[in-house]
Order: sequence, then structure tokens, then C-alpha cells
Amino acid sequence: MDWRTFARSILIVTEKNMRIYYFKGPVMIFGLLFPLIMFFTFFIGRDLDLILFYPGFLGMMLFFTASSVGPLITPWEKREKTYERLVSLPVILESIIIGDILSGAVFGVGITIIVFCLSTLLLPLPVANAGLLLLSIVLGSIAFAALGTLLSSPATNNPSNIMMLSSLVRLPIIFISGIFIPLSQLEGLSYLLTSASPLTYIVDLFHASLKGNAVYPAWFDILVMVFVILLFIGAAKAIQKRNLMKGI
Amino acid sequence: MNAVEAENLRKSFGYVTAVDGVSLSIPEGGIFGFLGPNGAGKTTTIRMLTGVLIPDSGKVSVFGDDVHQNPIAAKLKMGVIPENGTVYSDLTARQNILLTGKFYGMEKDLCEKRAAEILERLGLTERRNDLVRLFSKGMRQRISIACAIVHSPPLLVLDEPTTGLDVYSRRLVIDTVRHMNEDGSTVLLTTHNIDEANALCSDIGIIDKGKIIASGSPEKLKKTFDTSRYVEISFDRPVGKEIFSAPGITRAEQWGDKWRIYSDDPDIAVKHLASVAERDNLSIISIATSNPSLEEAFVKLTEGI
Ligand SMILES: Nc1ncnc2c1ncn2[C@@H]1O[C@H](COP(=O)(O)OP(=O)(O)O)[C@@H](O)[C@H]1O
Ligand SMILES: [Mg+2]
Repeated sequence: MDWRTFARSILIVTEKNMRIYYFKGPVMIFGLLFPLIMFFTFFIGRDLDLILFYPGFLGMMLFFTASSVGPLITPWEKREKTYERLVSLPVILESIIIGDILSGAVFGVGITIIVFCLSTLLLPLPVANAGLLLLSIVLGSIAFAALGTLLSSPATNNPSNIMMLSSLVRLPIIFISGIFIPLSQLEGLSYLLTSASPLTYIVDLFHASLKGNAVYPAWFDILVMVFVILLFIGAAKAIQKRNLMKGI
Repeated sequence: MNAVEAENLRKSFGYVTAVDGVSLSIPEGGIFGFLGPNGAGKTTTIRMLTGVLIPDSGKVSVFGDDVHQNPIAAKLKMGVIPENGTVYSDLTARQNILLTGKFYGMEKDLCEKRAAEILERLGLTERRNDLVRLFSKGMRQRISIACAIVHSPPLLVLDEPTTGLDVYSRRLVIDTVRHMNEDGSTVLLTTHNIDEANALCSDIGIIDKGKIIASGSPEKLKKTFDTSRYVEISFDRPVGKEIFSAPGITRAEQWGDKWRIYSDDPDIAVKHLASVAERDNLSIISIATSNPSLEEAFVKLTEGI
């Protein structure tokens, strides 16, 4: 295995994605507009404590932005017929998958940090642990970018099918996560349901790093997120490998 | 070492067997043409050779590197134009070439220099900073070939590189293939165009229904069918079929206002025709002898005769 060429291929795939896909309409709509609209719908105008719910909002922003690039790339490339050419370059499937995830994650990290910095101008946000906050943003971005890439894996050359599928998957993940109701106030079935959403653990990490009042210990949240990342990558690879066998 | 060594490649899609035990040895230095009708399995074979499709069974290596065990090393030695693959329409011509060069690990300066040189040769210098989105099919294909050769690959693989192109682009693509070959690249191309294979290739493999049914140099393939030669002749007035019967002539067919006289030996046929014309006082308006054509070989082979 030629590790240098492999590492290089990942970075070039990432760079290519950043240049071509960041500015596509669906990324702008699903990655930027959507979370803002959700924010206004659910938080503004209702007598909520913005600071209390801020970790939830930040989590939602991160979730949407990081997972918005991935679903677009592969279907788009298949439709434009650039995918076949990409695969024949000195890359392996992992270069493409990891490159796609990285470009989604960079988008998520970038936008989330910008949004966070802007919010600190408007709200008196406490920051208990800046290092943990950064780590959570990076970890969450990678996980949700991996989800985006997983969602792009089914064989289709129609990006809008995948966009639909990804809304179908992403919205429930938002609704069952602990962003609307703090995890500490849940019990029974709703607690179980909430535990099934990976977003819950990122929001918990944000609680820990902003106000220091998380439900789980940070190491547990981090462990869950690492597991989720590996799961998404493994599933994306399995599906895309099958597509390569079938020649689609 | 052979440029390409494929052993018993097989691939089925559902119940369609697209490639059924193809073995190939392509020596370094030549232009190998993979000829076959549509649906014969050319693209499927090429996709397996270039590491895009995983074969059901069989092995393939490029300059000694196994394409599926060691894909990165093998792919570094190739430049590929897939049949159903194109360059990024959101990038300019130049950006596409530089991006491809990066994948092959080229230094930026060298890549810029090479890109300028190739763009010039392909007649695209003026359009180098235009988005490929705005290009015609022929121009896109020229960019596609530019990307495939930017790193001077030891093996250049082109799947139907000229299909559907305008005359100008087609000529540039063919010239580029020749040029790359002269500069030392081994070329593997597929085509269903017999004249092109005849004009360009040093070796040809004919594939049909997923199997290679004949291979060799174009001349050798033609000679296999040397028996079916004919003389085409027309006279100043209509004649009957009976005047063509003579020893050595297998049959005669009316062909428009002309006759085709089939014979194992064109010499006998021509001499007979001249003497008949003399005897019956006919003037010959035109006469031509056919050379065995690759087309004939191809049609016969793929008919299964
Ligand atoms: N991805 C695929 N899925 C299903 N069938 C395929 C696929 N690719 C090719 N085929 C079938 O395999 C056969 C060979 O196709 P192909 O290799 O494209 O032929 P050629 O390039 O010689 O025209 C055809 O019958 C085609 O329909
Ligand atoms: Mg084909």
C-alpha cells in the first residue's frame, strides 16, 4: 500500500469537493437556510431561555451543515459522469469516502465556528471548556459528514432523490434528539428514543463545554461519537463497494 | 514485461454474462485495439482493467502491478478515458488538467508546463480558462484526453475515444494517440470502427459476446479471410450471368450496374473477364479488385462463421 499517494488522494478529493460542491444550491439551502429556519420556528418568539437552549441550537446547526455536503457529491458525480473518471484515477474507494467526509466536516466546523462567534456577540454565552467545545465541534462534524456520505451511497444518479432521502433521515434524528427538551428532564420511552440519536451526545458535549452541566461524562459522549463515526464509515464503504461490484 | 496481463476475466450482471473468460497479453510499445460490436463486453473489460469494476474472477496486472491487490500503484501507471466518464464541468479546462495532475503527484510547475503544451496541441489554448460546461462534446473529449496524458502514462487506455466526435476533434484525438505512442506509451483502445482500428492499431483483438474470438495484427486477421476476394466489373451494355462461368470462378453476383466475380485467385478472374470482353466485343467501363478487408473478417467472425 502506497500510503503517501493514498493520503494525497484523500486531500485532493477533499479540495475538489470544496471547490465544486460548497456553492451548490442544495448545500446552501439544506446546510445554512434550513437550520436558521428551524431555529426561528422553534426558539424565537416563544418565551424560552435562549442560553439554556443554545447548546441545542448549536448542535442542530452543526448537524445540518456537516451533513449537507455529503449527500450531494456522489449522486452529482454519477449524474455528471465524472464519478467513473474519478474512480479510474490513482484513488481507492476509501480515498473518495474519506475525502467526501472531510469536505463535509470542514464545512460543518467552519460554519459552526462562525455561527458561534457571531452568537457570542449577541448572547452572554458562558464557555466552561473551550478545548472541549472545539473537540465536540470537530467530532460532531466528522460524524454528521459521515452520515451525509452514508446517505449518498445508495446507487442513484439523481441528486434530488438523495436529498429527499436525507431529509427523511435527518429530520427524525433532530426530533428525537435532546435539543428541544433537555436530556435531564426526560425519562422512560422518550429517554430511550433520545438516546438513539447521535445528536443527543453532541448536544450533551456542548452543555458540558459551555455551562459544564452535562448528563453523561464527556468521555462517554466522545466514545459514542467515535463509535458512530466508525459505524457510518463502515456502512458507507460496504454499500459503495457493492455498487462497484455491480458496476453502478 | 507486458503492459497489460489479464487472465481469464469474468463478469456477470445478473444473468447477463458481459465478459466470459477474457485473457489478454499486451506487450509494451504497441497500440492494441479492442474491436467488437456494441454490447460485446469491451467497456466491461476495460473497466476491470482500470480498476473501476471488480471482476467476478480472474486477474489483471499493469506493468506487473495487480490492479485489484495494488490498485494505487497500478493506476499511477495508467491514463484513462472511460467511455461514460467526463471531466468536471464546474472547472475550467486548465483547472481540470491541473487537478488530474495532482492526483498523479505531479509538481505544479511541471504540470502547468505540460498542460500548456497539451492544450496547444489539442487546439484549446484560447479556451483554457473557460468552464468546461460551455464546451462542445468534441472539446470535452479533448480535455478528457488532455487529463489522461498529462502525466505521460506508460499505459494509455481509451474506451471509444472517437465515437460521436466531429471530424476535427476526432483527428486531434487520433493524432494525440499516435504521438503518445511514439513517445513511448503503450495504448489500449476500444472501438467499433473497423477503419480506425485498421489505421491505428498494431494489434487487434476481436471480442464478441464476452469472448475474444480472434486476435493478431490487422494484416494477419485480413489474411485469414483471403479466400473471399472478388473483382468488380461493369460493361457498356447488360450481360448475362453465363459469361462469367469458368474454372476458378466461384460465383458471380449482380451488384447495381456492376457484377462481382468471386474467385480464390483474382488473377484468373481478371484474365477471364478480359478474354470474354474481347470475344463478345464488350467494352469495360470500370474494373476493380477488392482487397480483403478487416470489415469482412469482422463480420464473418461475429456472425460466428
Ligand atoms: N452495470 C451494468 N449492469 C448491467 N448490465 C451491464 C452493465 N454494464 C454492462 N452491462 C451489459 O453487459 C454487456 C456488455 O456491455 P459493454 O461492456 O458495455 O459492451 P461494449 O462496451 O462492448 O458495447 C451488455 O449486454 C450490457 O448491457
Ligand atoms: Mg462500450
